Amino acid sequence: MTGDTSALQLVLTGDPGLYAIVWLSLLVSLSAVACAAVIGVPLGALIALTRFPGREAIIVVLNALMGLPPVVAGLAIYLLLSRSGPLGSWGLLFTPAAMIIAQTVLVTPIIAALTRQTVEDLWLEYRDELAALDVGPIGRIATLIWDARFSLVTALLAGFGRAAAEVGAIMVVGGNINNFTRTMTTSIALETSKGDLPLAIGLGIILIMIIVMINALAWTARRAGERYAG
Amino acid sequence: MLNRRTLLTAALLSASIAFAPSAFAQDKSIIVASTTSTQDSGLFEYLLPLFKTKTGITVKVISQGTGQALDTGRRGDADVVFVHAKSAEEKFLSEGFGVKRHPVMYNDFVLIGPKSDPAGIKGGKDVAKALVAIKDKNASFISRGDKSGTHAAELALWKASNVDVEKETGGWYKAIGQGMGAALNTAGSSNAYVLSDRGSWINFKNKGDLGILVEGDKRMFNQYGVTLVNPAKHANVKKDLGQSFIDYLISPEGQKAIGDYKINGEQLFYPNAEDTGA
Amino acid sequence: MIIFTDATVAAGKVTILDQVSVAFAAGPPTVLIGPNGAGKTTMLRAAMGLVKLNSGAISCLSSARRAIVFQRPVMLRRSAAANIDYALARGEARTQRIEELLNLVGLAGFGDRPARRLSGGEQQRLALARALARDPAILFLDEPSASLDPASTKAIEDIIRAVSARGVKVVLSTHDLGQAKRLAGDVVLLHRGRVIEHAPASEFFAEPKTDQALRFMAGELLV
Repeated sequence: MTGDTSALQLVLTGDPGLYAIVWLSLLVSLSAVACAAVIGVPLGALIALTRFPGREAIIVVLNALMGLPPVVAGLAIYLLLSRSGPLGSWGLLFTPAAMIIAQTVLVTPIIAALTRQTVEDLWLEYRDELAALDVGPIGRIATLIWDARFSLVTALLAGFGRAAAEVGAIMVVGGNINNFTRTMTTSIALETSKGDLPLAIGLGIILIMIIVMINALAWTARRAGERYAG
Repeated sequence: MLNRRTLLTAALLSASIAFAPSAFAQDKSIIVASTTSTQDSGLFEYLLPLFKTKTGITVKVISQGTGQALDTGRRGDADVVFVHAKSAEEKFLSEGFGVKRHPVMYNDFVLIGPKSDPAGIKGGKDVAKALVAIKDKNASFISRGDKSGTHAAELALWKASNVDVEKETGGWYKAIGQGMGAALNTAGSSNAYVLSDRGSWINFKNKGDLGILVEGDKRMFNQYGVTLVNPAKHANVKKDLGQSFIDYLISPEGQKAIGDYKINGEQLFYPNAEDTGA
Repeated sequence: MIIFTDATVAAGKVTILDQVSVAFAAGPPTVLIGPNGAGKTTMLRAAMGLVKLNSGAISCLSSARRAIVFQRPVMLRRSAAANIDYALARGEARTQRIEELLNLVGLAGFGDRPARRLSGGEQQRLALARALARDPAILFLDEPSASLDPASTKAIEDIIRAVSARGVKVVLSTHDLGQAKRLAGDVVLLHRGRVIEHAPASEFFAEPKTDQALRFMAGELLV
């Protein structure tokens, strides 16, 4: 992606560099959302259904972490994964895996906090019915997550939006290495610093279009699901 | 729909895809911590494919300011550092983090400013005089302020001009703490002067009203050096692969390749590996 | 089958059930009547084990499985069949049981429909089927036809009779005296958390023993 090319030209000519960057962006952000969902959804549901001392404090912290600055998350993961850090021997710094980890840290609080709210609201509605049906704690969590699945799509999309839009964390832990850890957002930052503003804004438009497309897909899936499952 | 099983599958699948390259990477790749100026000049995009064809080694470049790049080396997160601030590099060596520094090439810094040139420095050959004029006229000056090699060079030039910019910060002297491109963008949009390496400047696309006003002063030469991170400090350093990269840079073949790199017919870097004192 | 002994439930200073002692014996349906706020719902929930007693006791044959249909049953966000499936015990011949239960409540062919898209009457019947999927010995119904039209009410009552005829003990609350007359084997009149009268239906409607029962049946407001 060098020379005097516009973003539109890159799309029209099927520039392989551009596609690799788009693919990596999606791979990293979607993987992070998947990991964050695996952690955040059960965690949020668990907090929604259990009562223990300090629960309120955890909810406040979780809500606050939704606004965790990406660069701070990135720095924390950087120090963790650096060769001089505790997990340095894994050799993950400056790899896509490190980027997925950093974005997972960013996205998990969003998904957990929104899941907690959604599941707690649903719990008020379902509580008696599930108690009457003698459903155990794990069964309750599973039932509530499954029955909240359409609302939880929104939580996942919020998480994806954050992951796809951020540059601070993946820049620090990924290093923006050409052909390896360069994504849409780090490319935009790089092209901006090179002064190629038209290419930067073009890439930005492509990024926005992709995010809109994914949201449209998820929304359509949600609507279809709701129609069939009420 | 996204049920838990699909989510889990997706997570495992993507994790395996994402972790795979790092496993592969053990074989034939190194990480080089370098500076934004080499990155922004486009040198790597030209040089690294040549090196890869010759040796099969993939070079992954992290471009940071010189200070940060050396820190990356200190932490053991890079195999090789390729930067341009000799005193900082020597400190790095004396702390034991580097094996040996090899001079590779130089380019030069240029003083950039708006065509209107409020300080009236255009065409001058003495950079210290020009800087003093900028200060006297209270003309805006953008500093990288990011501990990069360019930033270090700029501070050295101010010192040579007997201007204490510490005192001026916040007035006409603005330190933005960002890379070369960002500094040029800022200068362009605020009619300010800025010091840039020539490579970044030539490759910069958003020149607008900016132009080179002062160049050619010996004090503006910018020496690049390359250093292998000390494997005795960090066992993970890929000593042999990193050394092959260094050997290539200072070999006659690598030196010629560096000299041949041109943008719009202009040579950006001057190889000088044989000048061991550089 | 279920015996309340001095069962008392209070929320703050308000006593909802006040030393209730009553027994629900096997046989035809027991109907709880009384004005709103008399404690009918709490009594059913307590019998189901969903409400903690402040004092007293409720004893239940441990082998007697209980199920309840709330006044506004909550349908899971899945198909009608899946709602029944949810309540079935493991290892049953599920497809067959689901079909049987849907037939029983007159919802044959509705299995694939989203439960929440069914009408109020249909949801009430599906809730009945779901409760029956637990194969209860005792079935509690809280105002099973409170907001239904006469046709739906009749459908529900027919199911209740059929279920009762199979030997399931039904305990239901209603404020519809007609329904009480149509279904009850015995009647419990509740007022302000107390059992005012408990008698076989024929006796209760023919010669009520208390002043409150007389007034309630005459359509007066019990305050």
